[in-house]
Amino acid sequence: MTMAATDLPPPEPSRPVILWRRFRRNRAALLGLFLFAIVVIMALTAGFIEPDDSLRRAGVPLTAPFINWDTPLGTDQLGRDILAMLFYGARISLLVGVVATLISIGIGIVIGALSGYFGGWVDDVLMRITEAFQTIPSFVLLLTLVAILGSKIEWIALAIGVVSWTAPARMVRAEFMSLRDREFVDAARNLGVSNTAMIFKEIMPNAIPPIIVYASVVMALSILLESALAFLALGDPNYASWGNMIGQGRAVLRSAWYCAAIPGVAIVLTVLSFSLLGEGLNDALNPRQKK
Amino acid sequence: MTEAAPTPALKIENLRIALPKGSDRPFALDGLSLEVKRGEVVCLVGESGSGKSLTAGAIMRLLPEPHVHVAGGAIFVQGEDILAKSDKEMKAMRGERVSMIFQEPMTALNPQKTVGWQIDEVLRLHTDLSRAGRKARVIEMLERVHIPDPASAYHAYPHQVSGGQRQRVMIAMALCLSPGLIIADEPTTALDVTTQLQILKLIRELQEQEGAGVLFITHDFGVVAQIADHVVVLKQGEMVESGPASQVLNAPQHPYTQALIASVPSLTPPPAKCFDAAPVVLKGTGLTKTFAARGGLFSGRRKSVTAVDNLTFELRRGETLGVVGESGSGKTTVSRIVTRLLEADSGAVELDGTDLLACSPREMRAMRKHIQMVFQDPMASLNPRKRVVDLIAQGPIVHGENRKKARAQARELLELVELSPAAANRFPHEFSGGQRQRIGIARALALRPKVIVADEPVSALDVSVQAQVLRLLADLRDQMNLSLLFVTHDLRVAAQLCDRIIVMQHGEIVEAGETAAIFADPQHEYTRNLLSSIPGRDWTPPKSATNAA
Repeated sequence: MTMAATDLPPPEPSRPVILWRRFRRNRAALLGLFLFAIVVIMALTAGFIEPDDSLRRAGVPLTAPFINWDTPLGTDQLGRDILAMLFYGARISLLVGVVATLISIGIGIVIGALSGYFGGWVDDVLMRITEAFQTIPSFVLLLTLVAILGSKIEWIALAIGVVSWTAPARMVRAEFMSLRDREFVDAARNLGVSNTAMIFKEIMPNAIPPIIVYASVVMALSILLESALAFLALGDPNYASWGNMIGQGRAVLRSAWYCAAIPGVAIVLTVLSFSLLGEGLNDALNPRQKK
Repeated sequence: MTEAAPTPALKIENLRIALPKGSDRPFALDGLSLEVKRGEVVCLVGESGSGKSLTAGAIMRLLPEPHVHVAGGAIFVQGEDILAKSDKEMKAMRGERVSMIFQEPMTALNPQKTVGWQIDEVLRLHTDLSRAGRKARVIEMLERVHIPDPASAYHAYPHQVSGGQRQRVMIAMALCLSPGLIIADEPTTALDVTTQLQILKLIRELQEQEGAGVLFITHDFGVVAQIADHVVVLKQGEMVESGPASQVLNAPQHPYTQALIASVPSLTPPPAKCFDAAPVVLKGTGLTKTFAARGGLFSGRRKSVTAVDNLTFELRRGETLGVVGESGSGKTTVSRIVTRLLEADSGAVELDGTDLLACSPREMRAMRKHIQMVFQDPMASLNPRKRVVDLIAQGPIVHGENRKKARAQARELLELVELSPAAANRFPHEFSGGQRQRIGIARALALRPKVIVADEPVSALDVSVQAQVLRLLADLRDQMNLSLLFVTHDLRVAAQLCDRIIVMQHGEIVEAGETAAIFADPQHEYTRNLLSSIPGRDWTPPKSATNAA
C-alpha cells in the first residue's frame, strides 16, 4: 500500500505548452491572434511605408483607393495618404491601448487587492471612492480630464487609464475576497508569512488569469475611447489616429465614403481581435479545463 | 413457472460503461452484475473513482451522454429493460418505478420553492390526484418520514429546515409514489453521525413498509454493517466481491476487500499510555469566541453566535488530544483560535509558557514555527501555483533559513512522508488526495514545531488512504515527540489515534478524559448518544483478515 502512495503520475508538459494547446483549440482566438499580429506589424513597419511624415500631402485630394499606386488606399480631403495614416494610427492605437491598460489595471489591482484582502473599513473607504468614480459616466469624465490636461497624446493615455480602473478594481476585489478565505491562505499565514508577501506572492498569482483576460477588454475599450476623443476633434492633432481620420472623413462621407470607412474597419478589426484574444486567453487560463 | 419467482426490483447483467477517450481507463464500469430483490438492501461499496455513482446514473438513465455511455450489458428494473426505453417512457418510470436519494439534499432541492411544492410536483406529474388530494398525500408523506409539524414544514423553504430534515424531505419525495426500487447515493455522507443513524433507520423502516428494493451506494463500511443485506464491492470499475453482508464483512474473500476492511479503524482504543510525567506543551484557558455578523451602514448588529464557550484544555509532550464533536460544535473554531488564525474574544493559549493570544503580530509570526497546522482539504490548502519543494520550504525561508538549505531539507522531508523525491518539482494538482495530504504534513513538519494542530486531516480521504495517512501521522508523532491536537468528527479515527479526547457540543466541553475510559464508560448523555450512533457499532472489523488470506 505504501508503494501506491508514493507512485507518481507521469510528469506533465510545461505550463506554456499546456496554455498554447488550450489556446489553439479555440479557432476564433487564433483569428484574434492573427489580426492582432497584423496590427502589431502595421505599427512596427509604419516607418517603412512613410519614412518622413504621415501627415504630409501625398497626392491629389480625395483620390479613391486603387487608382494611384503611390497612395494605394487613396487620399483624404487634404491629400494625405490614407494607407500611411492607417499604419501610423496603429501605432497610436496600440500605444494608447497599452499605456491606458497598464494604468487602469495597475490602479485596479492595488485598490482591489487592498480592499479585498483587508476588508472592513479599508474596503468600505476604497469602495465608496470607486463608486464615486463609477457614478460619473466615464466618457464625460474623460472629456473633462482632457479639457483640463490638454490633448497631448500622453495625457490622453493617462486620462483613459484614470477613467477605466473601476471595473478592474471591482473584479480584483472579488477575486481577492474569494481567495482570501481559501485554506492555502490560512496555511501561509500559519507559516508566518507577512501581509505584503501574502497579497503579492500567495494570492496574486492565483488572481492573475481573470485579470489578464479582462485586460484585453480594457485594451479594446481604451482604443475605442481614444478614437471617440479624436472623432470629437479632441485628439492630439500632431499624430495620425484612426479616430481623427473618421472625424475628418465624416465631412466628406457622401462623396468619399472610404475616408471614414477604412479607418472604421481598422478599429472594428482591432477591437474584435482583442475580444477574440480575451476569449482564447480565458479558455487557456481557466484552470477547470484539462490539457 | 417464471410467474412463481417474483421479479427482482433491479437486475444488472454484465454492465459496462464507457468513458471518453483519454481517461485513465476505458471503462468506468466493467462487467457489473447484481440483483436487488424486493425488500432487500444491497450496498454497493467502493472508494472514490470506483464507478459506483455512475452505476446509479446508468440505472436512472442520467449518464452525461454521449461522452459517458452504456457500452454493454442490460439493466432490468422490475423486469423491464430500461436501456430499450425511449426518453418519454423513461420519464414516466423515474419517480414512479425507480427513484433516487442524493448525497447533498441542499443542492438536490430547489432553493426557490417550498418543500411542499417540490413533493407536490412529483404527484402532479405522475398522478391525476386533485389539488386537495395531493396536499393530503404530501402531508402524509412528511408524517411518515417523521418530520415534526408536517403542516408547517409543507410551507418551509429548504434552507429553513436542518440538513437531516432536508434529507427526510428528499426521502419523502423519493417514496411518495411507492417505487419498487430506491437508489440511495451516499445519502448520509453529508450528515452528522447522530442524524445519519436516524436517516439509516428511517430508510430501513420505510423500505420494510413498502417492500421496495434499495440499492445503497456508500464508501463507509460502518454504514454497510448497519444497513446492508447484501454487499457488492467495486474496485476501479470491476466487481471484486459480492455476497451476503455478514459474510463479506466478517470473512471477506478478495484481498482488496480484506485490505479495505482492515483499513476501517476499530472502535476499541489501544491501551492508554501515561503522560502524567510529560511537561505541558500547550495549554488553553477560558477560550471564548463569539461570531457577530457585521452590520451594514445603517442596520444594527445582528444576532451573534457563541462558537466556543470558556474552553480549557492541556496538551502534554508526545500526547494526542482529540477534539470530537458534530458540525456546529465549535471544534474547528478551536483549531483556528489555538493557531490564531481567528482571534479569540477572551482566554489564553500558552505555548511553553508564552501566551500566544497576547503576542503582537510580529511576535506571533515568530512563534508560529512552534505550532503548525495540517488542514482538512489537501487540495485547497496547497497554493496551486507553487511547486511542492517551494511549498514545503516556504516556512523555513520565512523564518530566516537559507533558501538552498531549506530546499534541501524539503527534499529530505518528502522522503520522510514517503513521497518520491521526484515529487519536489511538481505542482499540487498532479497528486492524489492522499499524496497531497502527505505534502501538507511535510510542510507542517518543515519548521520542526512542538505542536501540530490537525483539523480533520483525513476526512476528505478514502478509507485505505486514510489508514496510511493516520499511520504516518502516528509514526512521525512518536519519532519526533510531537504533540497533536486532533480535530475530528470521526469517532473511529479518534479511538485509534487519540490518547485523550474532549467531546464538544454547542461550543462547550461536555466530557473530557482518556479515550479508552470514555469509549468504555461515557458519562455524559450526549457522549453516550454520539457513541451509540456510530454506524456499524456492533461490528468489529476482522483485523486478522489480511493474515488469514
